[in-house]
Amino acid sequence: MFAYLARRLIYVLPVAVGVSIICFLLVHIAPGDPLTAIMPVDATAEEQAAMRSAYGLDKPLPVQYAIWIGKAATGDLGKSIATGRPVAQEVFSAVKNSLLLAFTASVIAFPIGLLLGFIAGYFRDTIIDRAVTAFAITGVSVPNYWLGIVLVIVFSVQLGWLPSMGAGPGGSGQWEWDYAHIRHLILPSVTLAVVPIGIVARTVRALVGDIFSMDFVQALYAKGMRHGDVLRHVIRNAAPTALSVMGLQLGYLLGGSILIETVFNWPGSGFLLSNAIFQRDLPLLQGTILILALFFVTMNLIVDVAQAAIDPRIKRS
Amino acid sequence: MTASADTADLAEPIMKTPGYWAGVFKRFSRDPVAVSCAIIVLLLILAAIFAPYLGLNDPYKASMIKRLKPIGYPGFPLGTDEQGRDMLARLIYGGRLTLFVGLMPVVFAFFIGSTLGLFAGYLGGWVNTVIMRTVDVFFAFPSVLLAIAISSALGAGIINSLVSLTIVFIPPIARVAESATASVRSLDYIDAARATGGGALTIVRVHVIGNVLGPIFVYATSLTSVCMILAAGLSFLGIGVRPPEPEWGLMLNTLRTAIYVNPWIAALPGLMIFITSLCLNLLSDGLRSAMNVKD
Repeated sequence: MFAYLARRLIYVLPVAVGVSIICFLLVHIAPGDPLTAIMPVDATAEEQAAMRSAYGLDKPLPVQYAIWIGKAATGDLGKSIATGRPVAQEVFSAVKNSLLLAFTASVIAFPIGLLLGFIAGYFRDTIIDRAVTAFAITGVSVPNYWLGIVLVIVFSVQLGWLPSMGAGPGGSGQWEWDYAHIRHLILPSVTLAVVPIGIVARTVRALVGDIFSMDFVQALYAKGMRHGDVLRHVIRNAAPTALSVMGLQLGYLLGGSILIETVFNWPGSGFLLSNAIFQRDLPLLQGTILILALFFVTMNLIVDVAQAAIDPRIKRS
Repeated sequence: MTASADTADLAEPIMKTPGYWAGVFKRFSRDPVAVSCAIIVLLLILAAIFAPYLGLNDPYKASMIKRLKPIGYPGFPLGTDEQGRDMLARLIYGGRLTLFVGLMPVVFAFFIGSTLGLFAGYLGGWVNTVIMRTVDVFFAFPSVLLAIAISSALGAGIINSLVSLTIVFIPPIARVAESATASVRSLDYIDAARATGGGALTIVRVHVIGNVLGPIFVYATSLTSVCMILAAGLSFLGIGVRPPEPEWGLMLNTLRTAIYVNPWIAALPGLMIFITSLCLNLLSDGLRSAMNVKD
């Protein structure tokens, strides 16, 4: 196990470095000078040169990268151009809100997806299977930013049951576990849960269906094992793959919630990102994307290691 | 039917064996869901291409007094948008950019990704390492995040959306192509081809492509729905197609303010994205089973 863990860690390092290089280069593939966003239009050539060296933009790219990554490693992601606050601070408070949304969506999505997928796989090629499959494919096909708008139309505009935007009453950024705040969490997390429900259900259905048609299931029945115990074996076989799909989906939920956060004005990382895009706040953009991507990489690592821990076949290969 | 088939068999037994693609087509045409989806997608594409000849209203013509008219308003079958423009015309014209930006990146990525994956998988060694480790880095981003990151860096615009979405879909296709090729590579007939002196390019072209293109193609079709949703999503965020072009994602965005006035008009562009993406997914599932591809 430790050898496997070490191997995975060594493997993840170059990926993380690559990710940071892409995030760094994002600013430099942007058309125009990154300085134009922060300099007044009437700045003189000397002022521009002074600013350029202050931001280190006069140095060669590899040197700039080395300086940037060195600072990033100590938690310094620069300052936001729009607010002047440290990027790291902005990103972490936003990521907290995004994580809340992503976890709530997972708590809704995973049990439903697993249950539906298992039922469909168990009753393969019956009407139940077809109903679940139809539901699941609808779930993966729906543009969730549109679904969010439709839910707002129905539950906020027409019925007036739930608030349509923000993370709490009065637009306060502070999250609390009370009724007023939880009401704000319902629509965005349900919207976000729909796609993972579809993906998990589809994967688990195929998985469970395949396992049920394997010889060992026949053998278990043949030796007289009770139905419930056979199910236990099937679940045990399906668990590693189901777990890895769910882990990846959690990562996607965090990185992919930007559209939903925009629809619901949810003060998370996606919302921060779309603000950074509009204000061309490049340090903020760079920092947010880096943190989200590194979270995703870490999530993948955890999934792989967890999968190896419960499935001995992986370590051997 | 059987009689003619019999004579054909007798005359030229090898030439007249029904080909693989004939079988695929036969199985596909017996799948009512997949066929209806193919027809819907085809109709959407045709309507988008021939939009100027359908006798629609001008999709750019705004009217201050006819804003947000409901569905069924005289002269405007699907009502009007927040600037008084005809929704039906804008939805049909909107298909042009939405479908183009939503489908072309997968086509580009299919060619680039398969080529990269084929060479990585066939050549192995350092070529494989360089290509696949680079692919891994791009894989480390959730696709939505990567598309948004590149698009926001490049700025809004159709070309920039095409570029960023193509970059998003190259890595997954390359990965599938690589593993398909690597599994074919060790088969005996490839060894035989190599033993008779075939060069790498010839072997890939003659012996490998035919055996791996099917699975890669099916996989690529399964990405079209995601690509559609992402492309419209970029426009929805304001980093894709620019106004006043009709585009479903962009229309959904500009109509958001109208949800308190005329909510169902506001939901229409998203419904189009949903229908298209659903059909693309069902179509891809139909192709997968018709071509008998396993995951």
